[in-house]
Amino acid sequence: MRVGLFIPCYVDQFYPGVAIATLQLLEKLGVDVVYPQNQTCCGQPMANSGFQDLSKGCSDLFLKNFNEFDYIVSPSGSCVLYLREHLSETDHHSPDYLGNKVYELTSFLTDVLKVENLTASFPHKVGMHISCHGQRGLHLSSMSELVAPGFSKPGSLLNMVKDIEMIELNRVDECCGFGGTFCVTEEAVSVKMGKDRIADHLLHGAEYITGADMSCLMHLEGILKRQGSKVKVIHIAEILNAG
Amino acid sequence: MEVTTKDHAELAENFNRDEDRVDWHDETLWWVRQKRDKMVHQLPEWEELREAASAIKNNVLGNLHNYLQQFEANARANGITVHWAADAEEHNQIIHRLLNEHKVTRMVKSKSMLTEECGLNEYLHEQGIEVIDSDLGERIVQLAKEPPSHIVLPCIHKKKEEIGELFHQYLGTPLDVSDPQVLTEAARGHLREIFITRKAALTGVNFAIAETGEFVVCTNEGNADMGAHLADIHIASMGIEKLIPEKKHLGIFLRLLTRSATGQPITTYSSHFKTPRKGQQMHIVLVDNGRTVQLGREDFRNSLKCIRCGACMNTCPVYRRSGGHSYHNAVAGPIGSILAPNLDMEKYKDLPFASTLCGSCTNVCPVKIDIHDQLYKWRQVLVKKGLVPTGKTIGMKVMGATLSSPTIYRLAGKIGRWTLKHAPFAVNNNFNPWYKQRDMPEPPEQSFSEWYKENRIKK
Repeated sequence: MRVGLFIPCYVDQFYPGVAIATLQLLEKLGVDVVYPQNQTCCGQPMANSGFQDLSKGCSDLFLKNFNEFDYIVSPSGSCVLYLREHLSETDHHSPDYLGNKVYELTSFLTDVLKVENLTASFPHKVGMHISCHGQRGLHLSSMSELVAPGFSKPGSLLNMVKDIEMIELNRVDECCGFGGTFCVTEEAVSVKMGKDRIADHLLHGAEYITGADMSCLMHLEGILKRQGSKVKVIHIAEILNAG
Repeated sequence: MEVTTKDHAELAENFNRDEDRVDWHDETLWWVRQKRDKMVHQLPEWEELREAASAIKNNVLGNLHNYLQQFEANARANGITVHWAADAEEHNQIIHRLLNEHKVTRMVKSKSMLTEECGLNEYLHEQGIEVIDSDLGERIVQLAKEPPSHIVLPCIHKKKEEIGELFHQYLGTPLDVSDPQVLTEAARGHLREIFITRKAALTGVNFAIAETGEFVVCTNEGNADMGAHLADIHIASMGIEKLIPEKKHLGIFLRLLTRSATGQPITTYSSHFKTPRKGQQMHIVLVDNGRTVQLGREDFRNSLKCIRCGACMNTCPVYRRSGGHSYHNAVAGPIGSILAPNLDMEKYKDLPFASTLCGSCTNVCPVKIDIHDQLYKWRQVLVKKGLVPTGKTIGMKVMGATLSSPTIYRLAGKIGRWTLKHAPFAVNNNFNPWYKQRDMPEPPEQSFSEWYKENRIKK
């Protein structure tokens, strides 16, 4: 099994630690993983702003870089959802549609590798911020709106981590307010949503806020730092690779 | 009523100047969402009900012409006069003409978002006809000279103290009284007088049944019934998408509607109107006003399934923190944001962007409208029509070009990280909306791709 590692642009530039943790975690689990050098972005920033046509350059690059792999794995639910839904005009039910080979990291671990044990240890109180695109888009966990059995792919992995203490939240799956360009075009509401999301975690004593999408966490981190808070954000790959 | 030229982001920013009020608004609507959750989780068949309702509405939208004709014929046979209105203006004119024919200058009206959409109250006011809204929430916003901020809970943005002030001013309640019991009693007394004296009553329509030619009006206050039963002329305004094929389908929708809207098992009154009583006239105005245009837009067609429960507003994290008036449209929130651009793309071009695309709206929708996907699709349409600011278009073109070239992307990344480290003032300033209330990320020494080259490729 050859796996291509897709690292979203902003993770590449601002959060290399998240990418390194993802790579090391996959290597630890015995995956033959390669990072193609000429990758950039999934194209979502333009498309979500209404400029899907301007994403074509990104899509073409992606197809060129990742065509040869059995699976493509990325530590970002939002970028993966975009690639699954909008990578190319190819019929999405066709086996030729590359988007179907793209997996968000935690679902790749639970659904493809079927991981049952991890050696990680993380002795801290942690709150899980499930990203909307990961949850409602990729179905990484059950959704509070639906009448359906409960489950959580990232949650099941965090349960394998030694000494971790997961906190409960009042609102289990409220959006953090990042929303791509929404975070600047609707700055006031975006920040208010982020502050409220953080308040829920603080109320329950979180030392860390984790999630499967660094974009949500980047937004929350920006607010936490401005507040002078000691609470940190940490990508789930860094916890699963810890210790 | 105030005419606004501000867009959602500006209006939402104004709303957010009073953070305590935002918290209160958010908590109030979240409480309604929780009531909804509690109620729907008691029904193991909830998701099947949604699927059934969605399928029935699919059928209706696919055969609307037949069902409309069937409804018209059956309603006429029942003694109801049927009128057709192509747009808001025609709708308002028909109602004005009916009132003139009966020499009516004062009308009572129960909740009808369609009449809000058509601007009926303002139109009739200009013609010298007084309209009193009989839904308590609507009466409150009417006294405040404001539009409703929510389709089910029109005055949800008002605190009880503010309602107390209004009632003191208009209904003569004692100063500083805000006890809901006292205020409701006062409203009740006031509205009784209206019901008894008005010769014409207008109601909305929640469901119209093609098979029987009857229509169903749902209220919690019984105000539609009080108005209609006491008036000589009952006019019902109805969007053409409100049809359901058969009476047996109604149960599915009634089970979904109020569980979704307020977390009640059913509305207090679900009244069937089929035949005018002796000496009464019953009219129904079937209104298009852009609905057939939307029906022709394949990507947006199923927005016409909407049964106006408001669940998407209660769950929307943006709506809860920006208030209904920030949507400057009769229907606010996520559903309003996909309906409004159909009516006027220029005027409502901001609304599809007033969302994080979190998808919670789609999940609560009792008729399974893919609301957040339609928001995404409207964004594409608005850009193609050239209805986004030039600055944004240029910015997106630069971004698209940068991210399409690995070389330029790597260079831009390097410059960006260098700037953040060595010249943070270039980024950390008032021109950067991110920085206003958030710190920028700490720039690392190396990008991941640089690290990978050193640690994996060279090895």
